[in-house]
Amino acid sequence: MEKFEKLSGVAAPMPLVNIDTDMIIPKQFLKTIKRSGLGVNLFQEMRYDQDGNEIPDFVLNKPAYRNAEILVAGENFGCGSSREHAPWAIQDFGIRCVIAPSFADIFFNNCFKNGILPIALPQEQVDILMKEAEKGENARIEVDLENQKITIPDGTAFSFDVDPFRKHCLLNGLDDIGLTMEKSNAIDAYESKLGAQMPWM
Amino acid sequence: MTAPKTLYDKIWDAHVVEESDDGTCLLYIDRHLVHEVTSPQAFEGLRMADRKVRAPEKTIAVPDHNVPTDPTRLSGIKDEQSRIQVEALRQNAKDFGIEIYDVDDIRQGIVHIIGPEQGWTQPGMTIVCGDSHTATHGAFGALAHGIGTSEVEHVLATQTLIQKKSKNMLVKVEGELAPGVTAKDITLSVIGKTGTAGGTGYVIEYAGSAIRSLSMEGRMTVCNMAIEGGARAGLIAPDEKTFDYVKGRPHAPKGAQWEAAMAYWQTLKTDEGAHFDKVVELDASEIAPVVTWGTSPEDVLPITATVPNPEDFSGGKVEAARRSLDYMGLTPGQKLSDVEIDTVFIGSCTNGRIEDLREVARVMEGRKVKDGVRAMIVPGSGLVRLQAEEEGIAQKLIDAGFDWRLAGCSMCLGMNPDQLAPGERCASTSNRNFEGRQGYKGRTHLVSPAMAAAAAVTGRLTDVRELL
Ligand code: SF4
Repeated sequence: MEKFEKLSGVAAPMPLVNIDTDMIIPKQFLKTIKRSGLGVNLFQEMRYDQDGNEIPDFVLNKPAYRNAEILVAGENFGCGSSREHAPWAIQDFGIRCVIAPSFADIFFNNCFKNGILPIALPQEQVDILMKEAEKGENARIEVDLENQKITIPDGTAFSFDVDPFRKHCLLNGLDDIGLTMEKSNAIDAYESKLGAQMPWM
Repeated sequence: MTAPKTLYDKIWDAHVVEESDDGTCLLYIDRHLVHEVTSPQAFEGLRMADRKVRAPEKTIAVPDHNVPTDPTRLSGIKDEQSRIQVEALRQNAKDFGIEIYDVDDIRQGIVHIIGPEQGWTQPGMTIVCGDSHTATHGAFGALAHGIGTSEVEHVLATQTLIQKKSKNMLVKVEGELAPGVTAKDITLSVIGKTGTAGGTGYVIEYAGSAIRSLSMEGRMTVCNMAIEGGARAGLIAPDEKTFDYVKGRPHAPKGAQWEAAMAYWQTLKTDEGAHFDKVVELDASEIAPVVTWGTSPEDVLPITATVPNPEDFSGGKVEAARRSLDYMGLTPGQKLSDVEIDTVFIGSCTNGRIEDLREVARVMEGRKVKDGVRAMIVPGSGLVRLQAEEEGIAQKLIDAGFDWRLAGCSMCLGMNPDQLAPGERCASTSNRNFEGRQGYKGRTHLVSPAMAAAAAVTGRLTDVRELL
């Protein structure tokens, strides 16, 4: 997994609540058996018309946001399905950080497994960042994971929460399967107890 | 004496392999269900790291999302990408020693229907699947939730998940449902009340007399949509109905093990005085048959209502509602029961079980699908289909004008040939009305099977109570 330490980039504003996984990556792109290459289809149905032409009004099609690395969105971002294709598409597009007042649970988990940092902030702070993001290219937002701090060009800074274990994995780009496999003794012990007490399980 | 525990606490505690200081736990997983869409990258990951599946005997695989629901699928899936995905699942199951219910197997069906049907789903278990509607299995008093593909890989490799415990939420539905009101109306009404984010961070336990009186099928419908309310999982304490349902299924415990399992299962209930972080109460007698009007499952209203005005909402919802109405082609103030539909879809892991089909047959008794309405029934599994045929329901529904199809996810999500065309409007028993969910620019109204049948009869969203 790619490390996440510090990021300073353009933030794209998407002031919509309940942005769901079908919007992020519609089901026709779930047929791939690979993880990569989904970025071009991120937000497909908002981003392109039926003939595949870009819809100029859509934020990521505007010149200022084509290389956005941060997304600022409304509450309950990523609701819907468990498809990890959603974070894969976001990551493949080049976005490494999503900021919203709240996230759907599975999506939130999936982000961390893919080197994306989802940050939940109070609505008022998101509103400020949204305004900032609307300024386009010149408004770079800085996200510092080590110090858990977001800074905007005028110097205003917000701190954010992140689970310590996830932070550790993200900062170091750690694969948690490898970490868990080191605990195989504990898993063995659990399984033998289970086998003895509840063999039907 | 130990502090009183909720059902969730009990199942959680029984599965902790290891807990670290910050509360992160390694949780043991009893059953892992795998389908073709969210697993190929996970198996690929195992191969690349030269890892095995730790417990293949606790893992099952089934293709469901991509499979066409007409008989041509038996001679090969035409869509190239779908075919590759299904073949990849077959190959992965073979390479890693996992039981698969393949396309031509009578037991094939939607993963969340066949888990319970085959007895893989049992009380007290932890069950995961790379699919958010894994919550369905919570109807058995199992802690069941959806995971992403990286976690699928993690479970395949280690039979565990790294998790933090959620909070406890109680949804209590007391009283009796009025005629024509079903489990689907309960679960949609709960989401209408709490919103799609209302359950975020929680595991919900559904309780109360209205929940107790539901059949297992109805309970599965309720838990299925816990995720639409944002919850990680939904749970219902197991009781005699649960045990009767599980008993005798191919993978249910037998003989002395059954007795031992029963003794354990009977302890799986929330203790008197256990703490819930949030409690939501509904009066079952006040629940009406509902429909959704927008593109979020929280956009729920009784069928007797009118399309809302976006201005009446607050915050970001104003813009979202405006966008929804535009997408749905509806005008504020329009009566929901005047909304005409082109398509009726009965099926999915929410409502593709035998009881759902019986309910449809009951409403259709002596009636026909309106001319010009495309009405399809897609049983949730081959065995549900067979049972409906044996009960004579299938023939009745075919005679009434329904298209009777093979099992799969079908039009619940347009990954297979069953899709809405742009602008088409569907009364659907599935669980998501997101933009494009059932096909590009397709319009979805979520309803119960009885309400879907009523819409099939009249060609518009209809209060099923008028047909009772
Ligand atoms: S029926 Fe629909 S919700 Fe259920 S597993 Fe299939 S696609 Fe998902």
